[in-house]
Amino acid sequence: MLCDQCRERDAVVHLTQIVEAEVTQLHLCEKCAAAKGIETTVAMPKHPLGDFLHAVQLQASPAAGDQVRCAYCQASLRDFRASGRLGCAQCYTAFEGALRELLRRVHGSARHRGHEYEAPVVTGDATALELLRERLQQAVAAEEFELAATLRDQIRALE
Amino acid sequence: MTLDLSLLPDGGMPWITASGPHADIVLSSRVRLARNLSGIPFSPRAGDAERLRVLHQVREAAADTALLSRAVLLRVDELTANERHLLHERHLVSRELAELDAPTARCGSAVLVGDEAALMVNEEDHLRLQVFRSGFDIAGAWERAAQLERELGERLPLAYHHEFGFLTSCPTNVGTGLRASVLVHLPGLVLTQEIGKVLTGLQQMGLTYRGLYGEGSEVVGNFFQISNQTTLGRSEDELCDHLARVVAHVISREAEARRVLSRDAGYIIEDKLWRAYGTLRYARSLGADEAMNLLSGVRLAVGMYLIGGVSVYTLNKLLVFSQAAHLSLAEGRPLTEIEANLARARYVRGVLAVEAGEA
Repeated sequence: MLCDQCRERDAVVHLTQIVEAEVTQLHLCEKCAAAKGIETTVAMPKHPLGDFLHAVQLQASPAAGDQVRCAYCQASLRDFRASGRLGCAQCYTAFEGALRELLRRVHGSARHRGHEYEAPVVTGDATALELLRERLQQAVAAEEFELAATLRDQIRALE
Repeated sequence: MTLDLSLLPDGGMPWITASGPHADIVLSSRVRLARNLSGIPFSPRAGDAERLRVLHQVREAAADTALLSRAVLLRVDELTANERHLLHERHLVSRELAELDAPTARCGSAVLVGDEAALMVNEEDHLRLQVFRSGFDIAGAWERAAQLERELGERLPLAYHHEFGFLTSCPTNVGTGLRASVLVHLPGLVLTQEIGKVLTGLQQMGLTYRGLYGEGSEVVGNFFQISNQTTLGRSEDELCDHLARVVAHVISREAEARRVLSRDAGYIIEDKLWRAYGTLRYARSLGADEAMNLLSGVRLAVGMYLIGGVSVYTLNKLLVFSQAAHLSLAEGRPLTEIEANLARARYVRGVLAVEAGEA
């Protein structure tokens, strides 16, 4: 990706800002970033989500972040950086390491202390199974074999 | 689908009665819990079929709960823009669910409205259940929200992580998924210029404040929505107790500010507030923010016993029904800003005249 500023060098600094729920992204090369007074430690917005996204940035280098995908919903850390939203419950497992650190920053803790919960055991949960099978078919059609394998495991577990 | 608000119990606003504790300072207390169904992507990433499936499952489960068995289902995705604005003005749907600026809301967006609780479906989380109480009653709101959540959780497989708790679309809500908030009216602290200190104090205590309509809304009419900032690492009881303790302190500061005002600036305040009342009684055109600020003055006057014969219930009603989408519904057509200002003044005059026994 080219630098938004000079359009010559590769962008290495990816700045996500959230102002009044408006997400803007700026991709800069090292030189332009330095010229703007931005080093790898970008200005930290006051909004908690801002802190959060800032922390994601520090955690995962953009290249690594782009590659990590949730096997279930296919959302990447990059998607999360852009929107501030995770794609599905499995994202919390896929990005567990990064998230643990981030939750600590935002909430001051990464451990749930509220009431504990056990999902009802729905044997032969027709809806969940049906849904997983649908996704499996889509994954196979799209030749996403890694995802397909994960889904197959989940279906077996439910059956 | 046409929106028939008469179907909604209390118009979907059980808090409007002003029957709760400290109702002259606290409009409402609310507890909201964010939950998701496991196995389905969070609503913003889910496809239409998945969103409809969420709606179907939630609806069936809600029918078996004590608080929502007789709830009215409103398909937000089938409502016009004005109808969605109207639900937003009643605090029944968030800005996000209502998609106020879009021609239609996303497929599967809905809200279930019961006597004491409401449930948004397919907002950024699959479920956003909320309980409103009149006045200062966080404990009452939490008790009901917990009961409803328990019943829903027994029927629906919720997304839960052994370490992170209940999983939400935005990690700022993860853990308890709980946002407790209290809508307070603090004109005394604003007039005595103490408000800055109080708001800074709130933030130091791990709380946050917003305007009348939550996230991203401006503070008008001296209304502040105070809520917990974090959702993880503390139990639901701790979060609610902490908020309640701090808000109790804010209420006593507001009461103190009002005492100072009547002691040190008695006739100036009295004159200012009667002028606000006079404007509302006789003005021919009222802007939205102007009306909100004048109503704030009258609410303060009623709380300080300077003006009698106007109930807090009437003031709550005026606050909601004098807003643009409500005026437009009452007039039966879309209104320009000028028309809305005229309609607003006419409506407020009418209500206050009845209250004063003149109509």
